[in-house]
Amino acid sequence: MLWFVLAGLAAFAVLAAIWPLLRGSDGNGADAASASEAAFYKAQIDEIGRDVERGQLPESEAASARAEAARRLLAAGSAVPRAAPKGRSRLAAAALVAIGVPAIAFPLYAMLGRPQMRDEPLASRESAAHAGDDIEAAVAGVEKHLISEPGDGKGWAVLAPVYMRLERYEDGAHAYSEALRLLGEQPGLRAAYGEALVAAAGGVVTDKAREAFGKALAGDPSLPQARFYLALAAEQDGRTADAIHAYEALVADAPPGAVWAGAVRSRLAGLKGEPPPTAAEAPALGSPDQKAMIEGMVTRLAGRLATNGGSLDEWARLIRAYTVLHQADKAKAALADARKALAPDSNAVASLDALARDLGLDSGLGDAN
Amino acid sequence: MIVEIGHFALVLALAAALAQTIVPAWGARAGDAELMAVGRSAALTQFACIAIAFAALVNAHLASDFSVLNVAENSHSAAPAIYKITGVWGNHEGSMLLWVLILAIFGALVALFGRSLPRTLRANALAVQGLISVAFLLFILLTSNPFERLAPAPFEGRDLNPILQDPGLAIHPPLLYLGYVGFSIVYSFAAAALIEGRIDAAWARFVRPFALVAWGLLTIGIAAGSFWAYYTLGWGGFWFWDPVENASLMPWLAGTAFIHSVAVMEKRDALKVWTIFLAILAFSFSLLGTFLVRSGVLTSVHAFASDPRRGVFILAILALFILGSFALFAWRAPMLKQGGLFAPVSREGALVLNNLLLTTACATVFFGTLYPLALEQFTGEKITVGAPFFNMTCGVLLLAAAGVTPVGFSLAWKRGDLLGVVQRLAVAIVAGAVVAVVGAAWLRGGPVLASVAAGVAVFVILGALIEVFARAWRPGLSAGLALKRAAGLPLSFWGAALAHIGVGMTLLGLAGVGFGSEAITTLHKGVPQAVGPYAITLDSVGERVGPNYRETVSTMTVRSGDRVVATIEPARRQFAARTMTTTEAGMATLNFGQIYVSIADPAPDGAVPARLYWKPLITLIWLGGCAMAAGGALSLADRRLRFGVARRSRAAMAAAAAG
Repeated sequence: MLWFVLAGLAAFAVLAAIWPLLRGSDGNGADAASASEAAFYKAQIDEIGRDVERGQLPESEAASARAEAARRLLAAGSAVPRAAPKGRSRLAAAALVAIGVPAIAFPLYAMLGRPQMRDEPLASRESAAHAGDDIEAAVAGVEKHLISEPGDGKGWAVLAPVYMRLERYEDGAHAYSEALRLLGEQPGLRAAYGEALVAAAGGVVTDKAREAFGKALAGDPSLPQARFYLALAAEQDGRTADAIHAYEALVADAPPGAVWAGAVRSRLAGLKGEPPPTAAEAPALGSPDQKAMIEGMVTRLAGRLATNGGSLDEWARLIRAYTVLHQADKAKAALADARKALAPDSNAVASLDALARDLGLDSGLGDAN
Repeated sequence: MIVEIGHFALVLALAAALAQTIVPAWGARAGDAELMAVGRSAALTQFACIAIAFAALVNAHLASDFSVLNVAENSHSAAPAIYKITGVWGNHEGSMLLWVLILAIFGALVALFGRSLPRTLRANALAVQGLISVAFLLFILLTSNPFERLAPAPFEGRDLNPILQDPGLAIHPPLLYLGYVGFSIVYSFAAAALIEGRIDAAWARFVRPFALVAWGLLTIGIAAGSFWAYYTLGWGGFWFWDPVENASLMPWLAGTAFIHSVAVMEKRDALKVWTIFLAILAFSFSLLGTFLVRSGVLTSVHAFASDPRRGVFILAILALFILGSFALFAWRAPMLKQGGLFAPVSREGALVLNNLLLTTACATVFFGTLYPLALEQFTGEKITVGAPFFNMTCGVLLLAAAGVTPVGFSLAWKRGDLLGVVQRLAVAIVAGAVVAVVGAAWLRGGPVLASVAAGVAVFVILGALIEVFARAWRPGLSAGLALKRAAGLPLSFWGAALAHIGVGMTLLGLAGVGFGSEAITTLHKGVPQAVGPYAITLDSVGERVGPNYRETVSTMTVRSGDRVVATIEPARRQFAARTMTTTEAGMATLNFGQIYVSIADPAPDGAVPARLYWKPLITLIWLGGCAMAAGGALSLADRRLRFGVARRSRAAMAAAAAG
């Protein structure tokens, strides 16, 4: 169906464009143009008279101005229209347009267009959205509700973690701050707000986030999430000793079987310069929120590398991250992409090979090569 | 399917633009009328295709079709319909589509109304216009495609930037683009004239209406943009010498010079080469403006698009058209026949002086805008060229140009009588001088430029009025007869007078800035705060909910003495989809001046931190712009400039009479 419409459109465009070639000549055009030119100079001579009458042109100058215009009038009258050659060139031009226009339009559209995709206006999708449990549709519903009732603190508190999962960190931070404003101070919520700020800042513990964690700890000094990020802040400041101290305290206070303790230990190991834990004993990631956050960061890094490329370090970080997340397939794909992207640099490729061996990714690829 | 039809129509437009470039140029070389006529039909076809594409995109925005990336990124289902539409050009891709749509509209206008033109000129002009379309359509399709799809489609859009959710956006960019792109026609005709190696007064008369349309729309566009910045950005500045604003000012200055020199050319057949040069210059600056805004080489309030690929592409287009046309100019211009002669003291002479001042002013803006960019590019050093530089260079030059206006307007063609003109303008000169001196005394050590500008403004306005009076009245004439004579004056004269008065009005408004006052304070309920001749009292603070935002509104009353003269409601708006707050200033217009209040978030005790301004005469800045554009429109309505059916029949009669 679409292709019929497009073909019709193209045919129409070609016909419209070559219409003058099909219709034949209108010989009086050239005469009309030169006649209008002559009329223009005549009017100009008349106007000189009016200018003199209004005192805009001195009498003494009028004569020479008239002479100038008259000379141009004569020149306009004497322009001889050239006899136009006909026939062949007309056919050639018509053929050029008739073949050229579709020959450009269709391949270019095939390259750029998405003919298989249908329109999806919102009106036609709303019923489908309510039937399914599409998370974004639900978010849109809650957002609409909150525009009309911005005072619903619980609504913001429900929405905030969903934003985080959707990687809309700034919106998440905003939703947490609204929830805090409306529901009053709650340490857990405050810490989650800080976490959102960190995520929005791309993993950097900003002053604002630090302040949030401080406030959360003032309400509940045991909050591990807040303590972890403050330790991370110390680490980011370069206060390694403080960071190590804070991490150790956190591990010491961890209840037995706490899922996050592993993450802290690995962090600690990294800081002390001990070998990082291997994939097999990679720490279990914390709450679903934290996991979503890390995955979000990895996705963003992957997107950036795919579109803009990046350094060896960045590619290596991505590959390691996938391994840690137990996504071996993606890690392998990233490795292949990195090899392609960094191919001109033989040193980089060698490092990649080493990395692949270390992570145990190269088994299949080695045979293929 | 509509989206894909729109996408295909855009590709088809590219093919039609290619046909529009190749076939008529070929026809013009071969002297074949039919081939040349393809220029017209192809231009109309191209216009139809782009119109379909644009309509498809508007439809996608209206229907919130988030499977289109452009819609998903820049729209929101809860946005009011009007902002769904303005969202089409509130982003890079959509605004480029609007750009080519306007380009095609102008091309179609030439195709429809260009019957009285020499055929080869029209064919060549349409070919050049087609080439511009080709370049920009390629740019859109390859780097900024508004029809890019997104699968799976998200359920909600990312909203358009709240600052851009404003009626100002509905009119500002389209007007600006109409102006920018309107000069493309002037450019195309200049290039066509150079290709033919023939240019005359008839050329000027045909190009002038297009130049007037482009210039008038650009004037309103700049004024609207300035007004928009004034009331949305929240601190009452109306001109920032921001590179993006400068980018629109440069074509305006070159365009202003052009419409003056083209008038000389039409009337006296003089200044041909210079006029062609200005035609190329005006559009070159339009392209430069497009490059600055669309490439993201600068990060400013306006630059919401950045992608180096795009920058390089536009730079290539820029180089092709600017260098190409100047090469053509260097090759052909010496061959053009020189026309009418004139004495230095004459209306022509005054217009040359005006042209020199305008182009020099344009050059200062050019260097002030590009030098910091170039410096940063090559040395990494960041410098800011700000208002002081522009005021003392461009500002002073433009003041001088305005000062020449009444003199030139009163001089006769070919050879003028300067002494007589000065005598005639004596009243205006004295009045201007008095205003300047009184203003300087009032400000005592304040900005000198403000009082000088006020004096020049008065001189310009009175000068224009005196000229109208002098044309209508001769000693001994009765009032009725004088009115009759005034009515009989050509519309283009009235247009020029009105536009010059507009220049004076804008100058007066600018001068008013020096006479304003401001207060930055915290307002408490019921405690009046004086600003200028008025006192402002905070009455209440409340909350309101809009379609996709909620706002904190402060209600304030403005009093003059004990009399309430206005109520204003400055507000802070918060948008749901983007965590962003905008400031809505509270404004009240009083005798051409404005009270302008913008607030910060209220303190818990209900006190409101606020900036209060009294800006005397400020509305004249924009009213003056409107007057200038209205002057252009009047001039356009002059019967001498009309073309089409009526003139054709007269032309035919004249031909019959001549034959």
